[in-house]
Amino acid sequence: MSNAVSALQGASFDGYCKVDEAGLVGMITLRGDLSSAAVAKAVKTATGADIPGQGEITEGVKGRAGWMSPDELLLIVDHAEAPNVVDAASKALANEHALVVNVSDARAVFRVTGAACREVIAKLTPADTSVMQPGMLRRTRIAQIPAAFYLEDDETAVLVCFRSVAQYAFDILSDAAKRGGEVV
Amino acid sequence: MLILECPYCGVMADETDLHGGGEAHLKRFGPGSSDDEFETYLFHRKNPKGIHFERWRHVSGCGKWFHAARNTMTLEVYGTYSAQTYEPPKAIINAVKKKHPEWEGWT
Amino acid sequence: MSTRLAQGGRLIDRSKPKNFTFNGKRMKGYEGDTLAAALLGEDQMLVGRSFKYHRPRGIVASGAEEPNALVNLGQGGRFEPNQRVTTTELFDGLTCTSQNHWPSLEFDVGVVNNYAARFLPAGFYYKTFMAPQAAWKHVFEPIIRKSAGLGQVPTEADVDRYEHYYHHTDVVVIGGGVAGLAAALAAGRSGAKVLVMEQTHHWGGRAPVDGGEIDGQSPDDWIATTLAELEGMDNVTLRSRMMGSGVYDHGYVLGYERVADHTPGDDRPRHRLWRIRAKQIVTATGAIERPLSFAGNDIPGVMLASAVRDYAVNWGVSVGDRTVVVTNNDDAYRTALALKEAGLDVPVILDARAEATGPLAEAARAAGIRVEPGRAIAKVNGGKRVTGVSICLQAGEGAALEDIACDAVAMSGGWSPVVHLWSHCGGKLIWDEAQSHFRPDPDRAPTSHDGKPFVVTAGAASGPLDLAGVLDDAYEAGKQAAKAAGGKAVRKAGPKAKAEEAQPMAPVWIMPQGAGHQKRMKMWLDYQNDVKVSDVQLAAREGYESVEHTKRYTTLGMATDQGKLSNINGLAVLSDALGQPIPATGTTTFRPPYTPISFGAIAGEARHEIFQPIRRTPMHQWHEDAGAYMEPVGHWRRPYCYAKPGETNEQAVHREVLNTREKLGLLDASTLGKLIVKGPDAGKFLDMMYTNMMSNLAVGKCRYGLMCSENGFLSDDGVVARIDDDTWLCHTTSGGADRIHAWMEEWLQTEWWDWKVYVANVTEQLAQVAVVGPNARKLLEKLGGMDVSKETLPFMQWKDGTIGGFDARVYRISFSGELSYEIAVPASQGRAFWDTLLEAGEEFGVMPYGTECLHIMRAEKGFIMIGDETDGTVIPQDLGLNWAISKKKEDFLGKRAQQRSHMTDPDRWKLVGLETLDGSVLPDGAYAVGEGDNEYGQRNMIGRVTSTYYSPTLKKGIAMGLVKHGPDRMGEVLDFPTVDGSNTVIKARICDPVFYDKDGEKQNV
Repeated sequence: MSNAVSALQGASFDGYCKVDEAGLVGMITLRGDLSSAAVAKAVKTATGADIPGQGEITEGVKGRAGWMSPDELLLIVDHAEAPNVVDAASKALANEHALVVNVSDARAVFRVTGAACREVIAKLTPADTSVMQPGMLRRTRIAQIPAAFYLEDDETAVLVCFRSVAQYAFDILSDAAKRGGEVV
Repeated sequence: MLILECPYCGVMADETDLHGGGEAHLKRFGPGSSDDEFETYLFHRKNPKGIHFERWRHVSGCGKWFHAARNTMTLEVYGTYSAQTYEPPKAIINAVKKKHPEWEGWT
Repeated sequence: MSTRLAQGGRLIDRSKPKNFTFNGKRMKGYEGDTLAAALLGEDQMLVGRSFKYHRPRGIVASGAEEPNALVNLGQGGRFEPNQRVTTTELFDGLTCTSQNHWPSLEFDVGVVNNYAARFLPAGFYYKTFMAPQAAWKHVFEPIIRKSAGLGQVPTEADVDRYEHYYHHTDVVVIGGGVAGLAAALAAGRSGAKVLVMEQTHHWGGRAPVDGGEIDGQSPDDWIATTLAELEGMDNVTLRSRMMGSGVYDHGYVLGYERVADHTPGDDRPRHRLWRIRAKQIVTATGAIERPLSFAGNDIPGVMLASAVRDYAVNWGVSVGDRTVVVTNNDDAYRTALALKEAGLDVPVILDARAEATGPLAEAARAAGIRVEPGRAIAKVNGGKRVTGVSICLQAGEGAALEDIACDAVAMSGGWSPVVHLWSHCGGKLIWDEAQSHFRPDPDRAPTSHDGKPFVVTAGAASGPLDLAGVLDDAYEAGKQAAKAAGGKAVRKAGPKAKAEEAQPMAPVWIMPQGAGHQKRMKMWLDYQNDVKVSDVQLAAREGYESVEHTKRYTTLGMATDQGKLSNINGLAVLSDALGQPIPATGTTTFRPPYTPISFGAIAGEARHEIFQPIRRTPMHQWHEDAGAYMEPVGHWRRPYCYAKPGETNEQAVHREVLNTREKLGLLDASTLGKLIVKGPDAGKFLDMMYTNMMSNLAVGKCRYGLMCSENGFLSDDGVVARIDDDTWLCHTTSGGADRIHAWMEEWLQTEWWDWKVYVANVTEQLAQVAVVGPNARKLLEKLGGMDVSKETLPFMQWKDGTIGGFDARVYRISFSGELSYEIAVPASQGRAFWDTLLEAGEEFGVMPYGTECLHIMRAEKGFIMIGDETDGTVIPQDLGLNWAISKKKEDFLGKRAQQRSHMTDPDRWKLVGLETLDGSVLPDGAYAVGEGDNEYGQRNMIGRVTSTYYSPTLKKGIAMGLVKHGPDRMGEVLDFPTVDGSNTVIKARICDPVFYDKDGEKQNV
């Protein structure tokens, strides 16, 4: 529907990195047997991407597939498409034990852009951001909330957290990106 | 502050990414069990000075429970392994025995 | 007097003067000064008063070990007490004031304690506490509170910002002296990722002050060359102004970076706490010089010999025109030589050793300095300032041989390695007889998660005190750490210095060795806390044998410097008094932080708005805009009520209840937990999780369910809906979604892992609105889209459809007793849906209502609330919920526990309604008293109030409570004594907990 809005409606902050709320993003939780052919096919159909390995996120023409746990994937697609993708994948997986559920609106997504994007996130997470490369996904915490992040490219980090704490996530990221706080 | 390798994610997870869950390999007793059995299940916990098998959850990671064989004195971690097992795997037992030949076993 | 010399000072830039004030007096220093150097440069030797006796205190050291010179630093939002002047960098506009005196630093009435010193011996507090209780409250506490504590407490909020920074590295080198640099060089050459930190703003430590040659260069030149090489390595990070604060388990290190202490207000974070995970830690933390214990060793002007040398060489500051040097080792001779070179007078070097034959002693003699072996200081003369010393034989009892006028005393009792960081995580020490110090035992290093050592010491921190030994040890330590961290083998040779000949030091714990009690009462061990040799000896006589007990009894080493100067001397005195060797006494425990770190750094970003996460529903902004009074529910903020202008919160709540009962209310129920449980075994699983049956719930229907812990206690409740053949949706309490989700996952992963069930938490995917009241159906029918009639959507059923164009799932469930629909829409449309309901509902008298209204309505209906009627000791049977406990099921979580004798005891308190005889509201948590007293002489309790409200619907107070044999005592009147001091008793009658619409006619329409 046209009246759908993301948690912070695209809020942004300019620091030594830029912090943007990414607006509406389609997100789907898929739980099932990640080695199953039907799951691989459903993921391919939904995103165009291959099944990611442990700690990976893959990219296809229609979206991405991130490895969340040994039996869980996060599919990232167009927000408006998410309900259709859930229906299609649920049907495709009707014959095996799987759960496909739309979580687009349960999430908030942020982009941290700039050469120091790893450094900004390193102020908030115990995960080693220096080893992160595009194609890797890490679930951890930022300050006091759970979050997952990956790199779109060397200077663009994408962070996913729960919608209810979007403002908190935006505020801590902005605080970490404040000018004067450059570490290196 | 500990670091434990999550056997599911394959990452060294900081203690602040984890949640401790106490003694591992408890046997559940439900209806039909004796008072003694139930009391043991519910309340009796090992508190060893030394080798201990523990439950941990990678709470802000994959959300999965796993087990760790850990020394409560030296904080050495002999290994982490799946929670879907009734007893520590052989490899873990061997890792402990290698360091502590005198060790009497996990039960 | 102390003064700035005309020349010298390798760390200062005389072209850049900096102005500052001390106690309002305007003073001047230079860029590169520490506050200590600048104060001494302005002849400000007296800087504070000691803790207990308020004795005059001067600067003793030149670094982190300084016990005395603490000041109140800054003003307003940057005011901070207890700042060490020796580690405070001077900046333009710095203001500071001295501490712990009244009315002034020069004249302090607290000094009377000094004259009463014999009444304030070791254990003074403990002995005082034995006095009658009344004396403690009315006499001692007020006095102690007034006199205890050093600096003032800030009155304004801190205006600076702070942050954390997580860093992962192979090797961290703590300390940037020549040892740290040599270790970093080795580690850096191995290719390992290296972080080097130095607590001051200059690299190289004390080597340039001590002199010598490294690889044919002066120490200053070698440091510059080495820094250049390290800076050229991509794998090496150098950070100055960063202290290694603590070493913790599994290679965790805290680095305390003072980013902007010296540039206040420049918009950078003031401090940054580095939370470092390192494979290997090299502690190149150097050594600290020990004072000597002689009478009057605390008089301002008595300083560590190394500090006197530092002030002269680093900052061009002379501590005194005439400095007497007193020592038990060779190193202090360097101070005498440095002073002589600066053109100052050294009237005598008193060497406690029987002979002074080393090359440095010879050099001193050659420089024309009088050297007196076998001599000691009998006492220091002076009050607020040293005026001279009396000399005696070290071997004797202190008969004065000669008085020498001087204005400073440079003392050296030998050097102790800084073992703190080595010891934080369990590294053990050995006693080094030759150096008379504890040093790290490399065979007993702290071990990490892999069982292997993860800390290695480098340089003086390992024990060697000569330049050649320091460099060899440090380079080797760097190689060793790099190798253990996975670096390549390093073939390139390390830096070398020429080995020096030195005369062995001789342990001297009191001076002279036969000093009597009068003298020992004037020998300070702990300058800040006023602990003297006589105090430790008294403690030993009173039976204190453990060094840890003695520490607490005497307060030795308990001041803000944590005994950096006093510990070894103190335990040597204790060992002597106990007649045992020093290693048998051992040391106290070293705990982080190495020196105090700011609370701001510990808190990091977690202040103000981002102190903790606040969870917001999609409608949160509307509530705030509407002026709702918000209350915390877990991390959520929920509207308590929406007071209109001129209305109290209580009036608003009553209006909301009546409007909902009579017309139409809207509740933002988005916080309610929503868990999807799916799979072939989902029904079986939910039968285990809930006390009642869920597997036989028909698709399209809802059922209220209870969850218990394995202990049998009620833990959560909510309505479960069957979505399709293998899918259920479980509602949890508002605060409970994450907890119950985790609870389900725990059982699925660790007990029934072969069951095919997946759980997903969709709480935040959905905005949920309760549309409640007689007009609820009218509103939904007006919006249109789906049939919400009684026939199509009866009570306790749900349906998917659209409402006013919104995709919605509608549940016919009620927590209020009214006609009620709970409608879930995607969270992204939650706000639009809420606005639509309010707009369309206007003609039906719609009003939003808050959590208090919700609570009252549920209490009127006798519905329990988790957290009110339950407190972790209540089982469902206590609450009359037996109807929701399956008798058919063989097992469910909590079933076995509920069969225990204590749980089936007929004397358990059970839920009843309570109504006061006069219609008033019972106090929350009030207890009902029964006959007689218990074994402690207290009235017997027979029940308590769990929920209590004024019911606007019934126009009287209503309550629920747990009462012994309650359900069997309907109509009985109980006594509830008040605790507000009025000594009154409220009488309330036991009644049915359902106060309103007992037959449920209103909700089932």
